[in-house]
Amino acid sequence: MSASQTPHGEEGVYVYEAPLRLWHWVNAFAILMLAGTGYLIGSPPPAVGGEASSSFLFGWIRYLHFVAGYVLIVGFAFRIYWVFAGNEHSRQIFLPPVWNGRFWKELWHEVLWYAMLVSEPMKCSGHNPLATLAMHFLFVWFTIFMIVTGLALYGEGAGMGSWQYDLFSSWVIPLLGQSQDVHTWHHLGMWVIICFVIIHIYAAVREDIMSKQSIISSMFSGWRTFRGNGAPRDSH
Amino acid sequence: MQQTFYEVMRRQGITRRSFLKFCSLTAASLGLGPAFAPKIAYAMESKPRIPVLWLHGLECTCCSESFIRSAHPLAKDVVLSMLSLDYDDTLMAAAGHQAEAIVDEVVEQYKGNYILAVEGNAPLNEDGMFCIIGGKPFVDQLNHAASNAKAIISWGSCASWGCVQAARPNPTRATPVHKVPGLPDKPIIKVPGCPPIPEVMTAVITYILTFEKFPELDRQGRPKMFYSQRIHDKCYRRPHFDAGQFVESFDDEGARKGYCLYKVGCKGPTTYNACSTVGWNGGLSFPIQAGHPCIGCSEDGFWDKGDFYSRLTRVHGFGIEADADRIGTTAATLIGAAAAAHAAASVVKRMREKGGNK
Repeated sequence: MSASQTPHGEEGVYVYEAPLRLWHWVNAFAILMLAGTGYLIGSPPPAVGGEASSSFLFGWIRYLHFVAGYVLIVGFAFRIYWVFAGNEHSRQIFLPPVWNGRFWKELWHEVLWYAMLVSEPMKCSGHNPLATLAMHFLFVWFTIFMIVTGLALYGEGAGMGSWQYDLFSSWVIPLLGQSQDVHTWHHLGMWVIICFVIIHIYAAVREDIMSKQSIISSMFSGWRTFRGNGAPRDSH
Repeated sequence: MQQTFYEVMRRQGITRRSFLKFCSLTAASLGLGPAFAPKIAYAMESKPRIPVLWLHGLECTCCSESFIRSAHPLAKDVVLSMLSLDYDDTLMAAAGHQAEAIVDEVVEQYKGNYILAVEGNAPLNEDGMFCIIGGKPFVDQLNHAASNAKAIISWGSCASWGCVQAARPNPTRATPVHKVPGLPDKPIIKVPGCPPIPEVMTAVITYILTFEKFPELDRQGRPKMFYSQRIHDKCYRRPHFDAGQFVESFDDEGARKGYCLYKVGCKGPTTYNACSTVGWNGGLSFPIQAGHPCIGCSEDGFWDKGDFYSRLTRVHGFGIEADADRIGTTAATLIGAAAAAHAAASVVKRMREKGGNK
C-alpha cells in the first residue's frame, strides 16, 4: 500500500476504518464488563441481607453479563462480515499467512526485537507477524471459544427447545464432560483473554514509544504514522 | 402362563381400589393428564409382565435401597413382585446355582423381551477379577445377560457414569455400562443419581410398560422427563440466588434464613435431576431443603470436581490442585510481571541508546 497524507499532513497509512475502530472499542468495553461480571458470577460479592423480594443484585450481575455477551457476539459477527467488506488489513488477524516463508522470517525478526537483540523493529502498516499470530490464536480463537461455551451455558438456563440449547448446549456439554466442566473451561477462557489483554496493552504502549510508529492513536484515528524515515516495508 | 401385572398385584392382596389409585398417581408423577390413568390401568391389566433381570456389579446397593422406598407403597409392591420373580441377587429368595440359573433361563426364554437393569459397573482391570459373581467376572455376566435384552437400564451414577469406584485414579478401571467393550448393541437408558430418586426409577419402568416404548432420551441417554432441567432451575431457594443472598458459612444468619447455598459449593446450577421438583422420601425434602448444598451426584465424574463445598472446580494437571481462579491469577501475574520486567529492560535499552547518541 502506498503511503498518503493523514488529515494532519503527516506521512501515514489508513489502516483501521471507522466501523472497525468502533468495533474495537465496543468489544473492549464488552470484554471489560464480561470479565468483571463473570468473575463475580464465579465468586459472588458478600451476601445481601433482608428479604429476597427487596433486592436483585445477583440477577443484575448476570443480566449485565448476558447483555455484554450478546454485544460481543453481535460485534464479532459484524467483525467477520468486515473481513469481507473491509480493506485488506481487516483480514490480517483472521488469516495469518503461515504458509509464507517470509512471514516466519519476519516473525523471527520480531522475536529478536522483543528480545532486544536487534536495534530496529519492522515497520508494518498493520500488525507485525508476531502480533498477527497472537491476535489469531489468543484473540480470534479464544473469542470463538468463549462465545460457544458462553451460549452453551446460557442455553442451560434458557432450557431445552431454546436455540441456545439446541445449537450449543446439546453438544458442548457432552463434549467437555458435564455442565460443571463447561463452567470451568469458560472460566479458564476468561483468564486467557485477560492475559491477552495484558500483553496487548503492554505491547501497544511499548511499540508506540519504541518502534517509531503510531499504535495507540491509530485505533482512534485509523492512521498509522511513522516517525523517522521510511515507509512500511511490508505489504500490509 | 405369563401373568399380567394386575394379576400379580391381586394375588398379593392388593385391592382394585388401591390399584386404580396407583395408576392415577403414576400418571401424575409422569406428568401426564388424568386421562392417562385408565390407560395405565389397562396396560397393567392386559400386558404380560416384562421380566427384569437386575444385575449388581461394583456398587453400594443404594439404588436398590432407594428403589424399595418408592413413595407409594403400591409402586414398591408392584415392582418388587415383578423383580423378585426373576433375578435380583440382593432381593430374591433363591441363592447359589439356582439363582444364577435364572439368568440363563431368562436370556433363553424371553429372547428380546426382557429388560436388563444394571446397578453398579464392571471393573475391567485384571480381567475383571475385582467383581466376581457366581465364580465369574461380572463383566461376563453383564455381556451374557445383555445379549438378548430388549433394552438396558443403567441404574444410578455407577452404571451411568462410573461414580466413586471410577473416581481418579480408578484402580480397578471401573467402567460404566455403555463403555464396556463388547457389550451387545442395545438401547441404554441412563437413570443417574447416587442413588436416583425412587419415584424416577419406578416411573421409568412404568412408562416403558405402559406405552411399550422407551421414554424420550436426551443426547446423553437420560429420560428427558426427569433430567431435562437443572436442580437450580426449579429450586425454591432460587429467589435468594437472584437477590444475591447467600449462605457464607453453615452457622451464619443466612443459613438460618434459608439463603442460597451457591457460595458453599451448591452444584444445583450444574446438575440435571428432578430433586427440586419430585423431592425425596415421598416428596418430603431434598438436600437443599435440608440446608445442604447439592453435590451433583447425578453428573458425570462428580467425585473428581474438587470438594463438595467450594464453588469452583479443581483443575488437575498443575502439580498441586488448583481452581480456575488460582491458575488464572497466577498466569496473569506472571505475564504482568514479565511485561513489567520487559518494560524496565526496554527503558534501560532506550536510555543506553540515547546515551550512545550523545
